[in-house]
Amino acid sequence: MKSFSVDVIIIGAGSAGLAAAVEVKKANLDVLILERDKELGGITLQCIHNGFGLKEFEEELTGPEYVQRFINQVHELKIPFLLNTMVIEITKSKRIYAVNKEQGLIEINSKAIILAMGCRERTRGAINIPGFRPAGIFTAGQAQRFVNIEGYMPGNTYVILGSGDIGMIMARRLTWEGCKVKAVVEILPYVSGLLRNQVQCLEDYDIPLITNYTVTKIHGRDRIVGVTISKVDRNFDRIIGSEKFIECDTLLLSVGLIPENELTYQAGAELSNNGGPLVDNNLETTIEGIFACGNVLQVHDLVDMVTAEAKRAGKNAIDYIQNRHGRELKEPEYVKCAPGENVNYIKPDRINMQNLSEKIIFTLRARYPDRRILVQLKDQNNNVIYKKKKVYVIPSEMVEIELEPKDLPLDSLKTIEIEIIPRPEVLIEED
Amino acid sequence: MIYDVIIIGGGVTGCTIARTLSKYDLNIALLEKEADVASGTTKANSGVVHAGYAAEREYIKRDLCIKGNKMYTQAVEELNFPFQRIGSFVVALEDDQIKDLERQRKEGTQDGVLGLDLILDKEKIKYMEPNITDEVVGVLHAPSAGLVSPYEMTFALAENAAMNGVKFYRSQKVKRIKHQNYVFIIKTKDKEFRANNVINAAGLYAAKISKMVGMDYFDIMPRKGEYILFDRNSMHLNKILFPIPTKISKGILVCPTLHGNTFVGPNAQNITDKKDTSTTEAGLKEIIEGARKLVPNLPVRASIRNFAGLRAVPDSYDFIIDNTDVYGFINVAGILSPGLTSCFAIAEKVVGFLELLGLELKIKDDYNPIRPKPERFKDFSKEELDKKIQEDPTWGNIICRCETIPEKEILNAIHSPVGATNVDGVKFRCRPGMGRCQGGFCRPRVMEILSRELNIPYEKITKKGEYTRILSGKTKEILLNQEEVEEE
Repeated sequence: MKSFSVDVIIIGAGSAGLAAAVEVKKANLDVLILERDKELGGITLQCIHNGFGLKEFEEELTGPEYVQRFINQVHELKIPFLLNTMVIEITKSKRIYAVNKEQGLIEINSKAIILAMGCRERTRGAINIPGFRPAGIFTAGQAQRFVNIEGYMPGNTYVILGSGDIGMIMARRLTWEGCKVKAVVEILPYVSGLLRNQVQCLEDYDIPLITNYTVTKIHGRDRIVGVTISKVDRNFDRIIGSEKFIECDTLLLSVGLIPENELTYQAGAELSNNGGPLVDNNLETTIEGIFACGNVLQVHDLVDMVTAEAKRAGKNAIDYIQNRHGRELKEPEYVKCAPGENVNYIKPDRINMQNLSEKIIFTLRARYPDRRILVQLKDQNNNVIYKKKKVYVIPSEMVEIELEPKDLPLDSLKTIEIEIIPRPEVLIEED
Repeated sequence: MIYDVIIIGGGVTGCTIARTLSKYDLNIALLEKEADVASGTTKANSGVVHAGYAAEREYIKRDLCIKGNKMYTQAVEELNFPFQRIGSFVVALEDDQIKDLERQRKEGTQDGVLGLDLILDKEKIKYMEPNITDEVVGVLHAPSAGLVSPYEMTFALAENAAMNGVKFYRSQKVKRIKHQNYVFIIKTKDKEFRANNVINAAGLYAAKISKMVGMDYFDIMPRKGEYILFDRNSMHLNKILFPIPTKISKGILVCPTLHGNTFVGPNAQNITDKKDTSTTEAGLKEIIEGARKLVPNLPVRASIRNFAGLRAVPDSYDFIIDNTDVYGFINVAGILSPGLTSCFAIAEKVVGFLELLGLELKIKDDYNPIRPKPERFKDFSKEELDKKIQEDPTWGNIICRCETIPEKEILNAIHSPVGATNVDGVKFRCRPGMGRCQGGFCRPRVMEILSRELNIPYEKITKKGEYTRILSGKTKEILLNQEEVEEE
């Protein structure tokens, strides 16, 4: 068995892994990237549409153009990477076992690990659509891979269930290919992806968006021949009598993304309610020296945000190796951060009081849309310790709050709850 | 060529008969209408090997089930398919149900079911199965009940039969049978087969096949059962949990799988369409509600797939295993539950019929009852794994990441004696696409391997045979065709 040591192992060579690797390499540490696919770049490679890089490079790029800039840096900095390499085990002592065709089983010891495995798509089973199980059902991302990478078409006439970003982008992409997208069906009263995709991908191409509806039956024993869609009530229960049949030969599912954390879980790190690992303000998981960034931690709106988070993870891993690794430190004290009203989840899940970062960046998502609201932080006694006005929140747009440690009453703080509530003065105005 | 025996139907019944007969010096063929064996009832059932106390005493299926259960021990040793005797509970939720359980225990024990035990100590029950409802008042424990993966077992049977000379013809739907001068001439869409003896194991279509030779004396109706499968590690059950059975079914069970998942189902719906394997909203709700009576904290959110299977229900409710009046035509029909349990005993009975028909049953010198255990990445230690990859690098190329399946296992599935020819065939043989992403990542890569190994164009790869192509063509084709039309 091949065995060796490096300072930092990065798992995943997508946008998150590459940015983290570049950051770590700049501090002259030994870094190694492990990637299970046959090339660097991750899922961004199949996102051939534009809209990437507006924050990071102040330019509008396609996905492959965006990620190529990081691939180039990896080459320039001579960062080593292993392709077609699957990590099969991570231990608490930061040893990794991986396999590939050339080297067999590899054992790598490290001082720090950065998890950057990305996310996967929710499937039909996860939403339990009744009916047949014919050919012709794809997740939106899988269809995207077939069309943009492999050069094959999943079908001719489509219904897309769910208005996630990939679903809407695929609706436009398939229309460009001469296919007919009959409808994008969304169970919620509003699209679940970004507004810009609703406008640029659906409205500009007259693709019907049917909200408050969902697919309630799949027809066709061999190849799908159509779907029944039904209107739903507020509890998402089907309204009997509202059924409509739509003929199609392909159904795409764009019903959400889930951080991919089987390795994280198996390593023994705790996961939190969003499916990502439980992390502190340094993006450190519950295993010392193992960090997480990008969609494996939380599903982001834009790749630019993934990059920013990955750079932070890289910096924090450097800091760990330089200041904490191998030293006897006392058990840190944590302030727990919990989601409150209209908050789906919050990252970080806790703040390490012994190791406060320069800035504490909270990222969270609302459960439902609201307008003229306050995002506020409360301490264990329900005292508001921070608040920020916002014009609106929607679940598809991540809310980011940047604080400096001095903004918080650190001495007395035990827990933080974050909530999104209607602004009181708005209520008064409306009265 | 005239075969000594042709078996119609490649489900677990047909394949067990094929494998059992393969030890004799006979020319045997098996015809299956679908693109793969194990495609009908065999693919979608509970996979429970029953202890045998449940069926009514006047039915032949009771005896065959008790016998069949015991025959699994040797079969597993020879064929190396996944099987575990984890034991089952029939769960009584009311005091007046205990009497019935006691009767079943007594009669079952008299008839040869081993180890039946009526447990009334709630603490003991909870200890044995912590997930069981607090409402439980007693259980009938059958330690000889087991779990099998019915399709993996059927693949194993088919492989071993093929190793011993049985010819498998898939995608061969029987259209007509002529009986002429004691020879059966069987016509399919594009082939003709001849045989001296025919065994009808056509499942849902057994009555139709029987009528082709004029034997019109029974009917088979489909009865649908729906299931929901939950993700691995979402719950750990120790036992197969049955409710108190009703007249028409053993009820909705809660059950672990051999791969660490949990499933619930089936319900029982009499239908008329023999192709209707669709699940329904009402049905899925029914099985969740039913299952919750046994296990209140079902991991409903961890559901990864729902599916339905059709049981072949004969009008007599009992197995129809007959040496018919048409000389050489044997019916093995209406094999509903506990058919999976009984299959080895059924096959033995069929051997007896063939003997009566005057067939010379001489055991072949080179008969090999062993179907080697498929090698699995997951079963290797780290050292073995390293060695395996050095020997054959395809062990190191992971195709399915949810289930950690390397290219080598897929190649083995394709090149085994009755190998996979489509995506579902690979999936059911070695599990890529069975995991929580349900093929999201591995499907294009499995298709690539199938295309390369079987020399089929990529866009013609199917999910499960003709009419189930996965892709419609190449990109730009639609646009190019449109332009041509416009130019014209």
